[in-house]
Amino acid sequence: MTIMMDTGNRIAAKAAVMARPEVVAAYPITPQTTLVEAIAEYVANGEFKGEYICVESEHSAMCACIGASAAGSRTFTATSSHGLLLMHEMLHWAALARLPVVMCNINRVIGPGWNIWVDENDSISQRDTGWIQIYCSSNQEIYDTVIQAFKLAEHQKIVLPVMVNLNAFILSHTSMPAEIPDQQTVDDFLGKYTPHWKLDIDNPTTFGNIIGPEYYFKIRRAMQEAQMNAKHLIPQIAKDWKKASGYFHGDLFEYYKCDDAEHILLSMGAIGAESKIAIDELQEAGHKVGLARLRVFRPFPTEEVRKLGKQANLIVIDRNISIGSEGALFNEVKAALYGESEAKATGFIAGLGGKDVTYKDIETMCQKAIQGTAKEQVWYGMEE
Amino acid sequence: MALKDYPVDECLLQGNASCPGCPATIGLRLVLKALGKKTIMVVPACCTAVIESLYPHTSFDIPVMNIAFEAAAAGASGVEAALRQQGRTDITVAAWAGDGGTYDIGIQALSGALERRTNFIYICYNNQIYSNTGIQRSGATPYAAWTTTTVSGKNEFRKEMGEIILAHHIPYAAQTCISYPEDVISKITKAKNIPGPKYIEILAPCPPGWRFSMDKTVEMGRLAVDSGAWSLWECENDVMTFNGKSKLILEKKIPPKPVEEWIKYQGRFSHLFKPQRDEERLKAIQKYIDDLWERYRKCYLKP
Repeated sequence: MTIMMDTGNRIAAKAAVMARPEVVAAYPITPQTTLVEAIAEYVANGEFKGEYICVESEHSAMCACIGASAAGSRTFTATSSHGLLLMHEMLHWAALARLPVVMCNINRVIGPGWNIWVDENDSISQRDTGWIQIYCSSNQEIYDTVIQAFKLAEHQKIVLPVMVNLNAFILSHTSMPAEIPDQQTVDDFLGKYTPHWKLDIDNPTTFGNIIGPEYYFKIRRAMQEAQMNAKHLIPQIAKDWKKASGYFHGDLFEYYKCDDAEHILLSMGAIGAESKIAIDELQEAGHKVGLARLRVFRPFPTEEVRKLGKQANLIVIDRNISIGSEGALFNEVKAALYGESEAKATGFIAGLGGKDVTYKDIETMCQKAIQGTAKEQVWYGMEE
Repeated sequence: MALKDYPVDECLLQGNASCPGCPATIGLRLVLKALGKKTIMVVPACCTAVIESLYPHTSFDIPVMNIAFEAAAAGASGVEAALRQQGRTDITVAAWAGDGGTYDIGIQALSGALERRTNFIYICYNNQIYSNTGIQRSGATPYAAWTTTTVSGKNEFRKEMGEIILAHHIPYAAQTCISYPEDVISKITKAKNIPGPKYIEILAPCPPGWRFSMDKTVEMGRLAVDSGAWSLWECENDVMTFNGKSKLILEKKIPPKPVEEWIKYQGRFSHLFKPQRDEERLKAIQKYIDDLWERYRKCYLKP
């Protein structure tokens, strides 16, 4: 075990390399670049012995991962923002082909205009692709989640790609200490990769040819079942990793001071970490408010949200907006509560385009919701 | 190579879902004979996705990975990297794509894979149209040809993909045609034994797309070569060799047939002859081919 004092990107690269993928294919995009540069350094110093394909686009990065995964190898890639959007077609493809590709996405604003700061619209707009989506809030969590992502993706009851999201700059470029276990711990935890299916000259099979509606319907159903399985397996794998490494960051949610809370704040990513300070201050001021930091957006933790709704009114902060509707998390939280709870839900859109969201801002949002003075959905920082 | 020496193995099976007279199946049969069973094929959206037949059946006796339209070369890059890591360098990785997937939507991924020196064979079966989607123009469609998106004939000339490929200076690139089985098999066999990126383009005259009778597929390919509208060549480590009749045309040992001898059998050019001859466009087609050969002679004819 060693302590690594480094940025989220470099710690993600460390985790990816320690998972020993056989193929990494990636294309540079700010603010993911330092992650792929770190992998290149591991290639140069011999720490990474797999194939590193520096492709000519993110679309090709995902295609190469699909090809490598289909040929039976563990694969990894990383991207951000427009890169993720360019991959969109192949994100669907990887999930439908049931290929356990693991990818880090650095949440970044979509242009125009050009803006490299944090915002979660990039990954949120990929939510229907079939990928498991996990959001991190610290560098330690990034390390631990990338390792767990391989276990999760490759689990025989899941066999789906996993996207590990980390916020641009706030995590990707901020140095924090992370405890790195020894290689043996990671090797023992992940085990040898056995592909669920692969291109095999001894068993010549055609994958992805033309398919009628009946079989296609079954494929979609099987993907949904795999995501539902992940709801149970994510907490299990998180517990197993805690046993192996000592680290645990929550399962589908991380709960913080939720006992006796009459209001519970739901947020994700780096805002989730910042929220803890706000909760401390609010509780000190006598408010009965707790935090449920959402780690897993897909599969969506419907049952857990319902439990929260039975206990408290919910306050939701979204660093994204489904234009024409509302914040994605707010939307899904309300859908989960429908018919199951009388809880009031208040939504805030905050921090778009990388606008800073401090713990003081979070306190203000919570106070407005607690006082009942907020509209159902508020654009925080630009109220009329 | 004599017919009796062709590999007996058939990796393309009977009962596949191609059209009668399909040139892609002729090409596939020959290509797979040359590549053998230790081959993994990557197929983007194209007619071959149909030829494979409907799941859970297949007409291929080798592993095949279908992938999105623009993605053949990138997908093959991944397969090749994985096999190298696994120590399976005995397996040939081949991408098999149409001209739409090669000249147009797939050119970026192809150029990238060639530049990265990916150890694979990229094969383009060129029927000069988007045939699977119902005969639309592609970058390979010749000037004046009717397609469903060039209703009175294409206004632009085709791009010369071969010259684009040659600019990558890969170890082996070639053009051939399904009408010359020996040429196809010898070029694929040669490519299989050369490490690094290889590109082979096979002209594939398409009966429904070009509007000719389904029993004339082979003849249409031969006339394309005889008229110089298509050429047979290979370029190994930047050394260019023209083959068969194309060599004789290059060296001016035989004159190419007038291009009219090729296009007059194809309904896609019928508007150039009826109701009256369109001399202007007929001349332009001939001039394009004459100019192409003059360029070839300047570049490749040794004095």
